[in-house]
Amino acid sequence: MTVKYMLLIYSNAESWAGLSAEQREGLSRSHLELSRELTEQGLLVSAAGLADPITTRTVSVRDEGLTTTDGPYAEAKEHLAGFYLVECETIDEAIGYAARMPDARYVAVEVRPVMDTSGLEM
Amino acid sequence: MSDFEPLLREQTPQVLSALVRHYGHFDLAEEAVQEALLAAAQQWPEEGVPDNPKGWLIRVGSRRLMDLLRSDTARRRREENAASLAAPEEFVASGPEIDDLGGRDDTLTLLFLCCHPALSAASQIALTLRAVGGLTTAQIAAAFLVPETTMAQRISRAKRSIKQAGSSFELPPEAERDARMGAVLHVLYLIFNEGYTASSGTDLHSAELTGEAIRLVRGVRRLLPDDGEVAGLLALMLLTDARRPARTDADGGLIPLADQDRSVWNKEAIVEGEALVTDALSRTRLGPYQVQAAIAAVHDTAKRAEDTDWAQIVALYQVLEQISDNPMVTLNHAVAVAMASGPKEGLALLEPLEADGRLADHHRLEAVRAHLLEMSGDLVGARESYLLAARRTTSVPERDYLQSKADRLDP
Repeated sequence: MTVKYMLLIYSNAESWAGLSAEQREGLSRSHLELSRELTEQGLLVSAAGLADPITTRTVSVRDEGLTTTDGPYAEAKEHLAGFYLVECETIDEAIGYAARMPDARYVAVEVRPVMDTSGLEM
Repeated sequence: MSDFEPLLREQTPQVLSALVRHYGHFDLAEEAVQEALLAAAQQWPEEGVPDNPKGWLIRVGSRRLMDLLRSDTARRRREENAASLAAPEEFVASGPEIDDLGGRDDTLTLLFLCCHPALSAASQIALTLRAVGGLTTAQIAAAFLVPETTMAQRISRAKRSIKQAGSSFELPPEAERDARMGAVLHVLYLIFNEGYTASSGTDLHSAELTGEAIRLVRGVRRLLPDDGEVAGLLALMLLTDARRPARTDADGGLIPLADQDRSVWNKEAIVEGEALVTDALSRTRLGPYQVQAAIAAVHDTAKRAEDTDWAQIVALYQVLEQISDNPMVTLNHAVAVAMASGPKEGLALLEPLEADGRLADHHRLEAVRAHLLEMSGDLVGARESYLLAARRTTSVPERDYLQSKADRLDP
């Protein structure tokens, strides 16, 4: 049966800044085309781009106390830039769509199956 | 729609197949039937159910289909030749009024069409539920946990693919029928599994899907009462679904077969399923659904888990392995052998599966290995395997179950 896959788009500030205007335009166009195709195929569950990590707050609760810090949790150069949630019959199909994102060339796109609340008695 | 829903759903495939047989245009006919169903749901509560509900639905559906054909033709004409002056009506023969089907039931033809090989399994399922099951797009979307727009796209794409494949509305030739019948039964089996694997008792959609699959396969059986595999699939569904009340705890956690409270199994379903498979095995050509149903019957008729006739289950898995090339069968066979002859013999059967790439990274292979290692007394190895299996599964209840098995072996 089909499985839902999260396609996580990674970026980093330097590689984004290094893109030319045409490249950025091409990137947007590729995503528009891909979203349209996934919608037409009935595979798209959801998709969105995420705002710049500068807008991120990381929330943690310890001993009933809430603290927030600026920026994403992981201190890496790479950050999560957007995602697609698609429903595919195999992981290879999902990998195929991830590979069509220009982001896969600039940094990387991660493909992760989504956990399911169903199961069989084992 | 609730009061009339069973009646409407019962009529859906017959109304749709009448329209398709008469006018062709599966895609538009399907549209028209959905609208006729909607009209019935609005009008019948006020005006009462007509004497001949099927005739009523066919009449309303036909009229709607004519409208759709006209606007479709008109649209195409506008696109192709805006200057043409011909009236759109001239392009559409106004078909005869069809009130009934002359006793024929085209449901099977409709099922073959929905399970067309040009469609993906996901599309076959969606289209079957909608065209043959009479479920709304919203209901199907909810059952598969996707947005309604996603499911709507999937269905309209499936309809387009069928149109492009140019399928005529008739049963496939005899030679092809067996292969196509296999696809139909497989789709019904997938619909059942989609419902059965949903674990949580609060998920209404799961019970609806298994119920729908059983209803559909019962319908196929009425049309083909002598087909052993149809009987076998119905038996398998009944014997499996019979355990539903016992297979999860209050929190939605999975309870393995051996630990289930057998007193809450559905006895009526077990009796019906066992009778069906016994009859099919004695007088029809053997097939994999019958053998799987026979295995389920051995489990279901054991009074206690320890009374299970594992030797008979091993023999049935040997038969099943000969008629279906599926590594999952070998895996289940290994469990049965371990129960009948001991874990060493079972573990030996897992070895060829490591080499067989189809299952090498599958959590179920690791889970079985863990279970057999635990039986053999290798608790350290078992714990490692349970943890690896828990990481590999994408199912929350399976992960929780495997994790708890590992925790119990914590050194």
